[in-house]
Amino acid sequence: MVTGWFDGEGDDFRLLGTRCSACASVFFPREDVFCRNPACAGGVLEELRLSRRGRVWSYTDSRYRPPSPYVTDRELPWQPYALIAVELAAERIVVLGQAVPGVAVADLAVGMEVEVVPGVLNEDAETTWTTWHWRPTGVTA
Amino acid sequence: MTRDVAVLGAGMHPWGKWGRSFVEYGTAAARAALADARVDWRDVSSIVGADTVRGGYPGYVAGATFAKALGWQGARVTSVYAACASGAQAVGAARAQILAGLADVVLVVGADAAPKGFFRPAGGNRADDPDWLRFRVLGATNPTYFGLYARRRIAVHGDTLEDFAQVKVKNAASGALNPYARYRKRVTAEEVAASAVVADPLRLLDICATSDGGAALVLSSMDFARRHGVAEPVRIRAVSTVTPRYPTTVLDLPDIATDSAVAVEPAAEAFRASIARAAYEEAGIGPEDLSLAEVYDLSTALELQWYEDLGLCAEGEAAKLLREGVTAPGGRIPVNASGGLASFGEAVPAQAIAQVCELTWQLRGEAGDRQVAGARVGISANQGLFGHGSAVVAVR
Repeated sequence: MVTGWFDGEGDDFRLLGTRCSACASVFFPREDVFCRNPACAGGVLEELRLSRRGRVWSYTDSRYRPPSPYVTDRELPWQPYALIAVELAAERIVVLGQAVPGVAVADLAVGMEVEVVPGVLNEDAETTWTTWHWRPTGVTA
Repeated sequence: MTRDVAVLGAGMHPWGKWGRSFVEYGTAAARAALADARVDWRDVSSIVGADTVRGGYPGYVAGATFAKALGWQGARVTSVYAACASGAQAVGAARAQILAGLADVVLVVGADAAPKGFFRPAGGNRADDPDWLRFRVLGATNPTYFGLYARRRIAVHGDTLEDFAQVKVKNAASGALNPYARYRKRVTAEEVAASAVVADPLRLLDICATSDGGAALVLSSMDFARRHGVAEPVRIRAVSTVTPRYPTTVLDLPDIATDSAVAVEPAAEAFRASIARAAYEEAGIGPEDLSLAEVYDLSTALELQWYEDLGLCAEGEAAKLLREGVTAPGGRIPVNASGGLASFGEAVPAQAIAQVCELTWQLRGEAGDRQVAGARVGISANQGLFGHGSAVVAVR
Protein backbone atom coordinates (compact mmCIF):
# COMPACT_ATOMS: atom_id res chain seq x y z
CA MET A 1 0.00 0.00 0.00
CA VAL A 2 2.75 2.45 0.93
CA THR A 3 5.81 0.56 -0.21
CA GLY A 4 9.04 2.26 0.76
CA TRP A 5 7.56 4.85 3.13
CA PHE A 6 9.35 3.45 6.20
CA ASP A 7 11.79 0.73 7.26
CA GLY A 8 13.79 -0.56 10.20
CA GLU A 9 12.77 -1.95 13.56
CA GLY A 10 12.80 -0.71 17.12
CA ASP A 11 15.05 2.32 17.59
CA ASP A 12 16.18 2.01 13.98
CA PHE A 13 12.64 2.57 12.58
CA ARG A 14 12.51 5.59 10.25
CA LEU A 15 10.22 7.24 7.71
CA LEU A 16 11.72 7.14 4.23
CA GLY A 17 11.56 10.18 1.99
CA THR A 18 13.59 11.22 -1.01
CA ARG A 19 16.02 14.09 -1.61
CA CYS A 20 16.76 15.81 -4.91
CA SER A 21 20.46 15.44 -5.70
CA ALA A 22 20.42 18.80 -7.52
CA CYS A 23 18.70 21.15 -5.04
CA ALA A 24 18.48 19.07 -1.82
CA SER A 25 14.69 19.40 -1.57
CA VAL A 26 13.19 16.68 0.62
CA PHE A 27 9.95 14.87 -0.17
CA PHE A 28 7.64 12.78 1.99
CA PRO A 29 5.72 10.77 0.95
CA ARG A 30 8.60 9.87 -1.33
CA GLU A 31 8.72 11.58 -4.72
CA ASP A 32 10.59 9.32 -7.13
CA VAL A 33 9.81 10.88 -10.49
CA PHE A 34 10.38 14.64 -10.48
CA CYS A 35 11.69 17.34 -8.18
CA ARG A 36 8.81 19.70 -7.31
CA ASN A 37 11.00 22.75 -6.66
CA PRO A 38 10.07 25.13 -9.53
CA ALA A 39 13.58 26.59 -9.51
CA CYS A 40 15.21 23.18 -9.98
CA ALA A 41 15.89 21.62 -13.35
CA GLY A 42 15.69 18.25 -11.63
CA GLY A 43 18.15 15.71 -10.36
CA VAL A 44 18.20 12.09 -9.30
CA LEU A 45 15.91 11.55 -6.30
CA GLU A 46 17.75 9.61 -3.63
CA GLU A 47 16.19 7.79 -0.71
CA LEU A 48 16.50 9.59 2.63
CA ARG A 49 15.86 8.37 6.17
CA LEU A 50 13.99 11.15 7.97
CA SER A 51 14.75 12.34 11.49
CA ARG A 52 13.44 10.10 14.22
CA ARG A 53 12.27 12.92 16.47
CA GLY A 54 10.30 16.10 15.93
CA ARG A 55 7.96 18.54 17.66
CA VAL A 56 4.17 18.65 17.63
CA TRP A 57 2.91 21.30 15.16
CA SER A 58 -0.70 20.51 15.97
CA TYR A 59 -2.93 17.58 16.88
CA THR A 60 -6.53 16.44 16.86
CA ASP A 61 -8.50 13.23 17.03
CA SER A 62 -11.20 11.31 15.23
CA ARG A 63 -14.26 10.83 17.41
CA TYR A 64 -16.31 9.36 14.58
CA ARG A 65 -15.40 6.32 12.50
CA PRO A 66 -13.78 7.51 9.25
CA PRO A 67 -15.31 6.22 6.01
CA SER A 68 -13.61 3.71 3.73
CA PRO A 69 -10.96 3.30 2.43
CA TYR A 70 -9.98 3.49 6.12
CA VAL A 71 -10.37 -0.08 7.37
CA THR A 72 -12.09 -0.70 10.70
CA ASP A 73 -13.96 -3.60 12.23
CA ARG A 74 -17.56 -2.45 12.25
CA GLU A 75 -18.41 -5.19 14.72
CA LEU A 76 -16.38 -3.36 17.36
CA PRO A 77 -17.28 -0.05 19.01
CA TRP A 78 -15.32 2.87 17.58
CA GLN A 79 -12.17 3.79 19.48
CA PRO A 80 -10.99 7.32 18.64
CA TYR A 81 -7.29 7.79 17.87
CA ALA A 82 -5.24 10.95 17.99
CA LEU A 83 -3.55 12.40 14.90
CA ILE A 84 -0.38 14.44 15.26
CA ALA A 85 1.27 16.78 12.74
CA VAL A 86 4.99 16.76 13.53
CA GLU A 87 7.62 19.29 12.52
CA LEU A 88 11.00 17.72 11.69
CA ALA A 89 13.64 20.40 12.19
CA ALA A 90 16.42 19.07 9.96
CA GLU A 91 14.09 18.42 7.00
CA ARG A 92 11.89 21.50 7.67
CA ILE A 93 8.80 19.44 6.92
CA VAL A 94 5.57 18.64 8.79
CA VAL A 95 4.41 15.01 8.68
CA LEU A 96 0.98 13.83 9.83
CA GLY A 97 0.55 10.49 11.55
CA GLN A 98 -1.56 8.64 14.07
CA ALA A 99 -0.45 8.68 17.70
CA VAL A 100 0.43 5.35 19.28
CA PRO A 101 -2.62 3.62 20.74
CA GLY A 102 -3.33 4.87 24.25
CA VAL A 103 -2.10 8.43 23.64
CA ALA A 104 -5.06 10.83 23.55
CA VAL A 105 -5.32 14.56 22.83
CA ALA A 106 -5.24 15.24 26.59
CA ASP A 107 -1.70 13.82 26.63
CA LEU A 108 -0.45 16.18 23.89
CA ALA A 109 0.66 19.79 23.55
CA VAL A 110 1.92 21.89 20.65
CA GLY A 111 5.73 21.93 20.78
CA MET A 112 6.04 18.60 22.63
CA GLU A 113 8.76 16.23 21.41
CA VAL A 114 7.61 13.01 19.74
CA GLU A 115 9.37 10.15 17.99
CA VAL A 116 8.40 7.84 15.18
CA VAL A 117 7.72 4.20 16.00
CA PRO A 118 6.39 1.25 14.02
CA GLY A 119 2.70 0.51 14.37
CA VAL A 120 -0.14 -1.61 13.07
CA LEU A 121 -2.73 0.07 10.86
CA ASN A 122 -5.05 -2.91 10.70
CA GLU A 123 -4.92 -6.67 10.32
CA ASP A 124 -7.05 -9.53 9.16
CA ALA A 125 -6.54 -13.29 9.19
CA GLU A 126 -3.98 -13.18 6.38
CA THR A 127 -2.31 -9.78 6.52
CA THR A 128 -1.03 -7.20 8.98
CA TRP A 129 -0.76 -3.70 7.50
CA THR A 130 2.05 -1.85 9.21
CA THR A 131 2.42 1.93 9.46
CA TRP A 132 4.19 4.63 11.46
CA HIS A 133 2.95 6.14 14.70
CA TRP A 134 4.07 9.21 16.65
CA ARG A 135 4.80 8.68 20.34
CA PRO A 136 5.69 11.36 22.90
CA THR A 137 9.31 10.80 23.91
CA GLY A 138 9.58 9.21 27.31
CA VAL A 139 6.40 7.21 26.79
CA THR A 140 7.29 3.55 26.49
CA ALA A 141 3.85 1.96 26.21
CA MET B 1 -12.92 49.66 -16.69
CA THR B 2 -13.14 47.58 -19.85
CA ARG B 3 -12.08 44.51 -17.87
CA ASP B 4 -15.36 44.39 -15.94
CA VAL B 5 -18.08 41.91 -16.74
CA ALA B 6 -21.68 42.44 -15.69
CA VAL B 7 -23.67 40.19 -13.40
CA LEU B 8 -27.08 40.29 -15.06
CA GLY B 9 -28.69 37.57 -13.03
CA ALA B 10 -28.26 35.42 -9.92
CA GLY B 11 -30.27 32.40 -8.87
CA MET B 12 -30.20 29.57 -6.36
CA HIS B 13 -31.98 26.40 -5.45
CA PRO B 14 -32.43 26.28 -1.66
CA TRP B 15 -29.75 24.23 0.14
CA GLY B 16 -30.86 21.15 2.07
CA LYS B 17 -31.08 17.39 1.82
CA TRP B 18 -33.67 17.00 -0.87
CA GLY B 19 -32.76 13.57 -2.22
CA ARG B 20 -32.87 14.65 -5.85
CA SER B 21 -30.31 14.81 -8.66
CA PHE B 22 -27.79 17.63 -8.90
CA VAL B 23 -29.22 18.28 -12.39
CA GLU B 24 -32.52 19.39 -10.86
CA TYR B 25 -30.86 21.81 -8.44
CA GLY B 26 -28.64 23.31 -11.12
CA THR B 27 -31.41 23.66 -13.64
CA ALA B 28 -33.70 25.34 -11.11
CA ALA B 29 -30.91 27.77 -10.17
CA ALA B 30 -30.18 28.44 -13.86
CA ARG B 31 -33.82 29.22 -14.62
CA ALA B 32 -33.91 31.57 -11.62
CA ALA B 33 -30.76 33.37 -12.78
CA LEU B 34 -32.08 33.68 -16.36
CA ALA B 35 -35.38 35.08 -15.08
CA ASP B 36 -33.52 37.51 -12.83
CA ALA B 37 -31.44 38.63 -15.83
CA ARG B 38 -34.48 38.80 -18.13
CA VAL B 39 -32.48 36.76 -20.65
CA ASP B 40 -34.00 33.95 -22.73
CA TRP B 41 -31.94 30.75 -22.49
CA ARG B 42 -31.91 30.59 -26.31
CA ASP B 43 -30.00 33.89 -26.35
CA VAL B 44 -27.21 32.59 -24.11
CA SER B 45 -24.10 32.09 -26.22
CA SER B 46 -22.07 30.00 -23.75
CA ILE B 47 -22.71 27.80 -20.73
CA VAL B 48 -20.08 26.92 -18.12
CA GLY B 49 -20.76 24.13 -15.64
CA ALA B 50 -18.88 23.53 -12.39
CA ASP B 51 -18.47 19.77 -12.16
CA THR B 52 -19.41 17.41 -9.38
CA VAL B 53 -17.68 14.05 -9.09
CA ARG B 54 -20.44 12.82 -6.87
CA GLY B 55 -23.15 12.63 -9.48
CA GLY B 56 -21.61 9.74 -11.37
CA TYR B 57 -20.43 10.09 -14.95
CA PRO B 58 -22.75 12.98 -15.94
CA GLY B 59 -21.13 15.04 -13.19
CA TYR B 60 -17.90 15.19 -15.12
CA VAL B 61 -19.67 16.97 -17.96
CA ALA B 62 -21.79 19.39 -15.97
CA GLY B 63 -21.96 22.15 -18.61
CA ALA B 64 -23.56 19.88 -21.18
CA THR B 65 -25.74 18.19 -18.55
CA PHE B 66 -27.34 21.51 -17.64
CA ALA B 67 -27.54 22.57 -21.31
CA LYS B 68 -29.43 19.38 -22.14
CA ALA B 69 -31.80 19.85 -19.20
CA LEU B 70 -32.51 23.44 -20.27
CA GLY B 71 -32.91 22.29 -23.88
CA TRP B 72 -30.11 22.00 -26.44
CA GLN B 73 -29.74 25.31 -28.26
CA GLY B 74 -26.21 25.12 -29.63
CA ALA B 75 -24.38 27.23 -27.03
CA ARG B 76 -20.62 26.97 -26.57
CA VAL B 77 -20.01 24.65 -23.59
CA THR B 78 -17.34 24.38 -20.89
CA SER B 79 -17.08 22.12 -17.84
CA VAL B 80 -14.57 22.73 -15.07
CA TYR B 81 -13.47 20.76 -12.04
CA ALA B 82 -11.42 22.38 -9.28
CA ALA B 83 -12.97 20.81 -6.16
CA CYS B 84 -14.35 23.57 -3.88
CA ALA B 85 -12.97 26.18 -6.29
CA SER B 86 -14.93 24.75 -9.26
CA GLY B 87 -17.47 27.56 -9.07
CA ALA B 88 -14.81 30.26 -9.14
CA GLN B 89 -13.09 28.61 -12.09
CA ALA B 90 -16.46 28.50 -13.85
CA VAL B 91 -16.89 32.23 -13.24
CA GLY B 92 -13.28 32.74 -14.38
CA ALA B 93 -13.82 30.77 -17.59
CA ALA B 94 -17.04 32.68 -18.36
CA ARG B 95 -15.34 36.01 -17.71
CA ALA B 96 -12.37 35.12 -19.93
CA GLN B 97 -14.72 34.23 -22.79
CA ILE B 98 -16.58 37.52 -22.40
CA LEU B 99 -13.40 39.62 -22.17
CA ALA B 100 -11.95 37.78 -25.18
CA GLY B 101 -15.06 38.56 -27.22
CA LEU B 102 -15.92 34.88 -27.64
CA ALA B 103 -19.30 35.22 -25.93
CA ASP B 104 -21.66 38.05 -24.99
CA VAL B 105 -23.83 36.28 -22.42
CA VAL B 106 -22.70 33.28 -20.39
CA LEU B 107 -24.67 31.11 -17.99
CA VAL B 108 -22.60 29.72 -15.09
CA VAL B 109 -24.09 26.82 -13.12
CA GLY B 110 -22.94 24.67 -10.21
CA ALA B 111 -24.92 22.10 -8.26
CA ASP B 112 -24.38 19.03 -6.13
CA ALA B 113 -26.17 16.32 -4.22
CA ALA B 114 -23.66 15.56 -1.47
CA PRO B 115 -23.52 12.34 0.54
CA LYS B 116 -24.41 12.39 4.23
CA GLY B 117 -21.52 12.48 6.67
CA PHE B 118 -17.85 12.66 5.76
CA PHE B 119 -16.72 13.28 2.22
CA ARG B 120 -14.70 10.31 1.01
CA PRO B 121 -12.61 9.54 -2.06
CA ALA B 122 -13.91 7.60 -5.05
CA GLY B 123 -13.76 3.82 -4.72
CA GLY B 124 -11.04 1.37 -5.65
CA ASN B 125 -7.44 0.94 -4.50
CA ARG B 126 -5.76 4.11 -5.67
CA ALA B 127 -2.41 4.49 -3.92
CA ASP B 128 -1.39 7.14 -6.50
CA ASP B 129 -4.13 9.47 -5.19
CA PRO B 130 -3.18 11.60 -2.15
CA ASP B 131 -6.86 11.94 -1.27
CA TRP B 132 -7.27 8.15 -1.15
CA LEU B 133 -4.02 7.74 0.79
CA ARG B 134 -4.90 10.12 3.61
CA PHE B 135 -8.09 8.17 4.28
CA ARG B 136 -6.54 4.72 3.91
CA VAL B 137 -3.29 5.31 5.79
CA LEU B 138 -4.40 7.82 8.44
CA GLY B 139 -8.19 7.92 8.50
CA ALA B 140 -7.72 11.66 8.07
CA THR B 141 -11.14 13.12 7.19
CA ASN B 142 -11.68 16.80 6.31
CA PRO B 143 -12.55 17.63 9.94
CA THR B 144 -9.16 16.19 10.93
CA TYR B 145 -7.49 19.09 9.12
CA PHE B 146 -9.99 21.62 10.52
CA GLY B 147 -9.17 20.29 14.01
CA LEU B 148 -5.43 20.65 13.39
CA TYR B 149 -5.85 24.29 12.26
CA ALA B 150 -8.11 25.10 15.21
CA ARG B 151 -5.70 23.61 17.76
CA ARG B 152 -2.81 25.45 16.12
CA ARG B 153 -4.70 28.77 16.43
CA ILE B 154 -5.36 28.09 20.12
CA ALA B 155 -1.67 27.34 20.69
CA VAL B 156 -0.21 30.19 18.63
CA HIS B 157 -2.78 32.98 18.85
CA GLY B 158 -4.66 32.18 22.04
CA ASP B 159 -8.04 31.75 20.35
CA THR B 160 -10.63 30.08 22.58
CA LEU B 161 -13.44 27.61 22.05
CA GLU B 162 -15.80 30.47 22.92
CA ASP B 163 -14.36 32.51 20.01
CA PHE B 164 -15.03 29.61 17.65
CA ALA B 165 -18.57 29.22 19.00
CA GLN B 166 -19.25 32.93 18.45
CA VAL B 167 -18.50 32.51 14.72
CA LYS B 168 -21.28 29.91 14.58
CA VAL B 169 -23.63 32.12 16.61
CA LYS B 170 -22.99 35.02 14.22
CA ASN B 171 -23.41 33.00 11.02
CA ALA B 172 -26.47 31.13 12.22
CA ALA B 173 -28.13 34.46 13.05
CA SER B 174 -27.54 35.59 9.45
CA GLY B 175 -28.57 32.23 7.99
CA ALA B 176 -31.87 32.48 9.85
CA LEU B 177 -32.63 35.48 7.61
CA ASN B 178 -31.70 33.75 4.32
CA PRO B 179 -34.45 31.84 2.51
CA TYR B 180 -31.85 29.81 0.56
CA ALA B 181 -29.99 28.58 3.65
CA ARG B 182 -30.43 25.01 4.85
CA TYR B 183 -30.27 25.87 8.56
CA ARG B 184 -32.53 28.75 9.47
CA LYS B 185 -32.37 28.64 13.26
CA ARG B 186 -30.34 30.82 15.57
CA VAL B 187 -27.75 28.93 17.60
CA THR B 188 -26.38 29.80 21.04
CA ALA B 189 -22.83 29.36 22.30
CA GLU B 190 -24.22 26.88 24.82
CA GLU B 191 -25.64 24.77 21.99
CA VAL B 192 -22.25 24.75 20.25
CA ALA B 193 -20.53 23.72 23.48
CA ALA B 194 -23.09 20.97 24.07
CA SER B 195 -22.67 19.42 20.62
CA ALA B 196 -20.48 16.33 20.20
CA VAL B 197 -16.74 16.66 19.60
CA VAL B 198 -15.92 15.59 16.03
CA ALA B 199 -12.22 16.42 15.76
CA ASP B 200 -10.83 17.93 18.96
CA PRO B 201 -11.17 20.85 19.67
CA LEU B 202 -14.00 21.23 17.12
CA ARG B 203 -17.56 20.17 17.73
CA LEU B 204 -20.39 19.26 15.40
CA LEU B 205 -21.67 22.84 15.32
CA ASP B 206 -18.18 24.17 14.54
CA ILE B 207 -18.05 22.17 11.29
CA CYS B 208 -20.12 22.66 8.16
CA ALA B 209 -22.45 19.91 7.00
CA THR B 210 -22.72 18.38 3.55
CA SER B 211 -25.71 19.57 1.56
CA ASP B 212 -27.58 19.51 -1.69
CA GLY B 213 -27.82 22.83 -3.48
CA GLY B 214 -27.42 24.79 -6.67
CA ALA B 215 -26.39 28.28 -7.74
CA ALA B 216 -26.18 30.09 -11.07
CA LEU B 217 -25.14 33.42 -12.57
CA VAL B 218 -25.79 35.12 -15.88
CA LEU B 219 -22.71 37.13 -16.84
CA SER B 220 -22.35 39.43 -19.83
CA SER B 221 -20.17 42.04 -21.44
CA MET B 222 -20.72 45.60 -20.25
CA ASP B 223 -21.89 46.47 -23.79
CA PHE B 224 -24.52 43.75 -23.73
CA ALA B 225 -25.71 44.91 -20.30
CA ARG B 226 -26.16 48.47 -21.59
CA ARG B 227 -27.99 47.26 -24.72
CA HIS B 228 -30.11 45.13 -22.39
CA GLY B 229 -31.10 48.26 -20.47
CA VAL B 230 -28.96 47.68 -17.40
CA ALA B 231 -26.79 50.78 -17.11
CA GLU B 232 -25.31 50.13 -13.65
CA PRO B 233 -25.04 46.39 -13.14
CA VAL B 234 -23.08 44.68 -10.39
CA ARG B 235 -19.69 44.08 -11.98
CA ILE B 236 -17.09 41.38 -11.48
CA ARG B 237 -13.76 43.14 -11.30
CA ALA B 238 -11.43 40.28 -10.39
CA VAL B 239 -11.34 36.50 -10.30
CA SER B 240 -8.39 34.92 -8.51
CA THR B 241 -7.67 31.27 -9.28
CA VAL B 242 -4.01 31.10 -8.24
CA THR B 243 -2.03 28.03 -7.18
CA PRO B 244 0.25 27.89 -4.12
CA ARG B 245 3.98 28.71 -4.21
CA TYR B 246 6.59 26.07 -3.38
CA PRO B 247 7.24 25.24 -0.60
CA THR B 248 3.84 25.22 1.10
CA THR B 249 4.56 24.93 4.81
CA VAL B 250 1.02 24.72 6.20
CA LEU B 251 -0.32 21.17 6.13
CA ASP B 252 -3.20 21.23 3.67
CA LEU B 253 -5.93 18.85 2.53
CA PRO B 254 -5.45 16.20 1.23
CA ASP B 255 -1.71 15.99 1.93
CA ILE B 256 0.00 13.79 4.52
CA ALA B 257 2.95 16.18 4.78
CA THR B 258 3.96 19.71 3.84
CA ASP B 259 6.63 20.58 1.31
CA SER B 260 10.07 20.76 2.86
CA ALA B 261 11.55 24.24 3.27
CA VAL B 262 15.08 22.89 3.44
CA ALA B 263 16.09 24.00 -0.07
CA VAL B 264 13.83 27.00 -0.72
CA GLU B 265 12.85 29.63 1.83
CA PRO B 266 9.04 29.82 1.97
CA ALA B 267 7.28 33.00 0.89
CA ALA B 268 6.24 35.26 3.74
CA GLU B 269 2.67 35.00 2.47
CA ALA B 270 0.71 31.77 2.94
CA PHE B 271 -1.45 30.31 0.17
CA ARG B 272 -4.81 31.62 1.33
CA ALA B 273 -3.41 35.13 1.70
CA SER B 274 -2.00 34.95 -1.84
CA ILE B 275 -5.47 34.08 -3.16
CA ALA B 276 -6.85 37.29 -1.69
CA ARG B 277 -3.88 39.41 -2.72
CA ALA B 278 -4.19 38.31 -6.35
CA ALA B 279 -7.86 39.35 -6.30
CA TYR B 280 -7.08 42.71 -4.69
CA GLU B 281 -4.31 43.44 -7.21
CA GLU B 282 -6.48 42.56 -10.17
CA ALA B 283 -9.35 44.68 -8.84
CA GLY B 284 -7.13 47.59 -7.82
CA ILE B 285 -8.60 47.65 -4.33
CA GLY B 286 -7.51 46.73 -0.82
CA PRO B 287 -9.20 45.25 2.24
CA GLU B 288 -9.99 48.78 3.45
CA ASP B 289 -12.35 49.20 0.46
CA LEU B 290 -14.54 46.20 1.29
CA SER B 291 -18.16 46.49 2.36
CA LEU B 292 -18.53 42.74 3.00
CA ALA B 293 -16.85 39.37 2.54
CA GLU B 294 -18.16 35.88 1.94
CA VAL B 295 -15.56 33.35 3.10
CA TYR B 296 -15.32 29.58 3.12
CA ASP B 297 -16.13 28.74 6.75
CA LEU B 298 -15.63 24.99 6.55
CA SER B 299 -15.13 25.37 10.28
CA THR B 300 -15.65 28.23 12.69
CA ALA B 301 -11.89 28.45 13.32
CA LEU B 302 -11.19 28.59 9.59
CA GLU B 303 -13.41 31.67 9.22
CA LEU B 304 -11.13 33.45 11.70
CA GLN B 305 -8.11 32.39 9.63
CA TRP B 306 -9.67 34.02 6.58
CA TYR B 307 -9.98 37.39 8.39
CA GLU B 308 -6.19 37.46 8.57
CA ASP B 309 -5.65 36.05 5.09
CA LEU B 310 -7.99 38.68 3.62
CA GLY B 311 -6.03 41.38 5.44
CA LEU B 312 -9.01 42.46 7.55
CA CYS B 313 -6.63 42.42 10.52
CA ALA B 314 -3.06 41.48 11.37
CA GLU B 315 -2.04 37.88 11.95
CA GLY B 316 -3.35 36.56 15.24
CA GLU B 317 -5.95 39.30 15.67
CA ALA B 318 -8.98 37.64 14.09
CA ALA B 319 -10.61 36.69 17.37
CA LYS B 320 -10.25 40.28 18.54
CA LEU B 321 -11.95 41.48 15.35
CA LEU B 322 -14.79 39.04 15.97
CA ARG B 323 -15.16 40.01 19.62
CA GLU B 324 -15.36 43.68 18.65
CA GLY B 325 -18.24 42.91 16.30
CA VAL B 326 -16.38 44.18 13.24
CA THR B 327 -17.41 41.13 11.18
CA ALA B 328 -20.97 40.91 12.51
CA PRO B 329 -24.04 42.39 10.81
CA GLY B 330 -23.81 46.15 11.28
CA GLY B 331 -20.04 45.95 11.79
CA ARG B 332 -17.43 47.63 9.60
CA ILE B 333 -16.96 44.54 7.42
CA PRO B 334 -19.68 41.91 7.85
CA VAL B 335 -18.41 38.42 6.99
CA ASN B 336 -20.77 35.73 5.76
CA ALA B 337 -23.89 37.85 5.79
CA SER B 338 -25.44 34.97 3.82
CA GLY B 339 -25.01 32.68 6.82
CA GLY B 340 -21.97 31.03 5.25
CA LEU B 341 -21.32 27.33 5.03
CA ALA B 342 -22.38 27.16 8.68
CA SER B 343 -25.92 27.78 7.44
CA PHE B 344 -25.71 26.32 3.93
CA GLY B 345 -23.45 23.27 4.21
CA GLU B 346 -21.20 22.19 1.38
CA ALA B 347 -22.58 21.64 -2.10
CA VAL B 348 -19.12 21.71 -3.57
CA PRO B 349 -19.43 23.02 -7.14
CA ALA B 350 -22.22 25.42 -6.18
CA GLN B 351 -20.73 27.16 -3.17
CA ALA B 352 -18.27 29.55 -4.82
CA ILE B 353 -21.06 30.56 -7.24
CA ALA B 354 -23.48 30.97 -4.33
CA GLN B 355 -20.99 33.35 -2.70
CA VAL B 356 -21.13 35.56 -5.81
CA CYS B 357 -24.95 35.37 -5.81
CA GLU B 358 -24.91 36.74 -2.27
CA LEU B 359 -22.46 39.50 -3.23
CA THR B 360 -24.74 40.39 -6.15
CA TRP B 361 -27.88 40.66 -4.03
CA GLN B 362 -26.02 42.63 -1.37
CA LEU B 363 -24.51 45.07 -3.88
CA ARG B 364 -27.92 45.58 -5.48
CA GLY B 365 -29.45 46.23 -2.06
CA GLU B 366 -31.77 43.25 -2.50
CA ALA B 367 -30.64 41.13 0.45
CA GLY B 368 -33.71 41.81 2.58
CA ASP B 369 -33.32 41.52 6.35
CA ARG B 370 -29.65 40.59 6.04
CA GLN B 371 -28.75 43.61 3.86
CA VAL B 372 -25.36 45.21 4.51
CA ALA B 373 -26.16 48.94 4.42
CA GLY B 374 -24.61 50.80 1.50
CA ALA B 375 -22.63 47.82 0.18
CA ARG B 376 -20.36 48.86 -2.71
CA VAL B 377 -17.50 46.31 -2.81
CA GLY B 378 -17.55 42.64 -1.88
CA ILE B 379 -15.08 39.79 -1.98
CA SER B 380 -15.62 36.03 -1.89
CA ALA B 381 -12.84 33.72 -0.76
CA ASN B 382 -12.53 29.99 -0.99
CA GLN B 383 -9.97 27.28 -1.55
CA GLY B 384 -10.23 24.07 -3.55
CA LEU B 385 -8.62 20.74 -2.68
CA PHE B 386 -5.27 20.07 -4.42
CA GLY B 387 -4.21 23.74 -4.56
CA HIS B 388 -7.00 25.70 -6.24
CA GLY B 389 -7.34 29.33 -5.24
CA SER B 390 -10.69 31.06 -5.47
CA ALA B 391 -11.70 34.65 -4.86
CA VAL B 392 -14.02 37.03 -6.70
CA VAL B 393 -14.27 40.80 -6.29
CA ALA B 394 -17.63 42.33 -7.20
CA VAL B 395 -18.41 46.05 -7.18
CA ARG B 396 -21.35 48.33 -7.72
